[in-house]
Amino acid sequence: MSGEWVFNLYVFVLATFVGYQVIARVPPLLHTPLMSGTNAISGISLVASLIAAGSHHQLSQILGFVAVTCASINVVGGFLITDRMLRMFRKKPAVSEATAPVRKAQTS
Amino acid sequence: MTPTEVVFNLSYVLAAVLFILCLRGLSGPESARRGLVLGQVGMLIAVVGTLLHRDIVRYDWILAGLLLGSVIGLAISAWIPMTKMPERIALSHSFGGLATALVGVAEYEREASQLTEFKMAALGFETFLGFLTFTGSIMAFGKLQGFIRGAPITWKGQNVLNVGLFVGSLAAIGLLVVHPEMQGVFLAIAGSGLAVGVMAVLPIGGADMPVVISLLNSYAGLAACATGFALNSQILIICGALDGSSGLLLSMLMSKAMNRSFANVLFGAFGTALEPTSAVPQLGRSYNEATVEDAGAVLKASQTVIVVPGYGMAVSQAQHAVRDLAAALERRGVEVKYAIHPVAGRMPGHMNVLLAEANVSYDKLFDLDDINDDFARTDAVVVVGANDVVNPAAKKDSSSPIYGMPVFHVELSRSVIVLKRSMNPGFSGVENELFFQQNTMMVLGDAKKTLLAMIGELKEGGH
Repeated sequence: MSGEWVFNLYVFVLATFVGYQVIARVPPLLHTPLMSGTNAISGISLVASLIAAGSHHQLSQILGFVAVTCASINVVGGFLITDRMLRMFRKKPAVSEATAPVRKAQTS
Repeated sequence: MTPTEVVFNLSYVLAAVLFILCLRGLSGPESARRGLVLGQVGMLIAVVGTLLHRDIVRYDWILAGLLLGSVIGLAISAWIPMTKMPERIALSHSFGGLATALVGVAEYEREASQLTEFKMAALGFETFLGFLTFTGSIMAFGKLQGFIRGAPITWKGQNVLNVGLFVGSLAAIGLLVVHPEMQGVFLAIAGSGLAVGVMAVLPIGGADMPVVISLLNSYAGLAACATGFALNSQILIICGALDGSSGLLLSMLMSKAMNRSFANVLFGAFGTALEPTSAVPQLGRSYNEATVEDAGAVLKASQTVIVVPGYGMAVSQAQHAVRDLAAALERRGVEVKYAIHPVAGRMPGHMNVLLAEANVSYDKLFDLDDINDDFARTDAVVVVGANDVVNPAAKKDSSSPIYGMPVFHVELSRSVIVLKRSMNPGFSGVENELFFQQNTMMVLGDAKKTLLAMIGELKEGGH
């Protein structure tokens, strides 16, 4: 048995630690974008799906195709919708007009 | 290592760095969008790097999948309204779960015989967790969307069955490690993952959705990690760990905000709510049913107003009307703030996103701890479709199922205006003492219509 899994365990533990530290700093204000953002990032399972879909094994190709589809829905959709949300989080002038969205950024 | 492999590996290292920077950007609204761009670049690099992999011999299925997925992803993200965000997130967890599970099956079919024991165990976990996340998220989606009853569905022996299935799956994974050629065992693991996902979410009520969605997020991450271990892919381990720890952290925050333990959410499953909770009968208790004019008069006489939004605001899509009411008040010189409870709505941060969509400046949105002392000094509180988070029973009544949950001290303000569809206590069946208080006015009806009528009142009646 190789030491491969020990190495991977190190990677896992360290990444969890970094993830926890970074994510603990995200304010509650941005918890929904956080969730959809990590969702997009975990669409990285796309890379594993690509390998399954591009292999020479026939069943694997079909399963891989479905997996690639699902994962790219998450990647594309996840990043787009997170961006759509983040665009809305703006500081605005104290009294905003009831109708038209206020574009001007507040300097103070 | 061939030059291609070097490029391939370096692309993953770079992608990992970019993903971490992307999450770091989310520590503030100003840096978040820039961070997200880094994440997108990271993903592009990782995908292009992967296409160089020597195991990839054909590109037709890949292109078809990428194209189809991108079109669907684009369509969903362009059309979905912000109020449906919890449903979107639940659905995307299910896609993520399915993708990892299918990768697991494909991997098993391709090279079951060549895998080490450790990799086989990882493969078992990947498949189990992937399918569990898939069906669990579909169930959560169904409950949010309303085609599965939102109330907890419980039966006798449920927990025993769930735990049994779980332990059985662990045993099956063990067996598979020893006998990798037993396809039946592998299928049993997959089937049991599907079953556990359904069974685990069925008994969980709508109000617990923020915890469930966070937990499913965490499972999706763990499944991706297991994939990484099975395929010896560090980028998958890193991203899975990031996703998993974010889900875990959010579920802990959500549980804390409800004063419930993980175990209680998962296994207790609001089972207590099925018994009649408090002995206070609904009928015959008097409450102040107020008209829009009454509410308008109270607001006109106020100097400070706090708005407490809840799931009801999302249901009646009232976020724009809430913003308009606040704007009308601000024009009269009234100070308006928003009190956002961590578990208000159906997912973490749900209310924040809706109010941001309605163009409410985020420096007016306050967390529980930051605003709770202000209620005693506030002239009027407008509760828009929130219930449990303003229930004083959480502080006083130790027999209440929500006892101990941190709630807003809404009842301390001079007057409370509650916008609610009806006097029904809702599916959790928890009575809310606040609604029967002397200084509470109940304005029943659709929140959006009521708000619009209140704005009308403020506009016409001078000062």
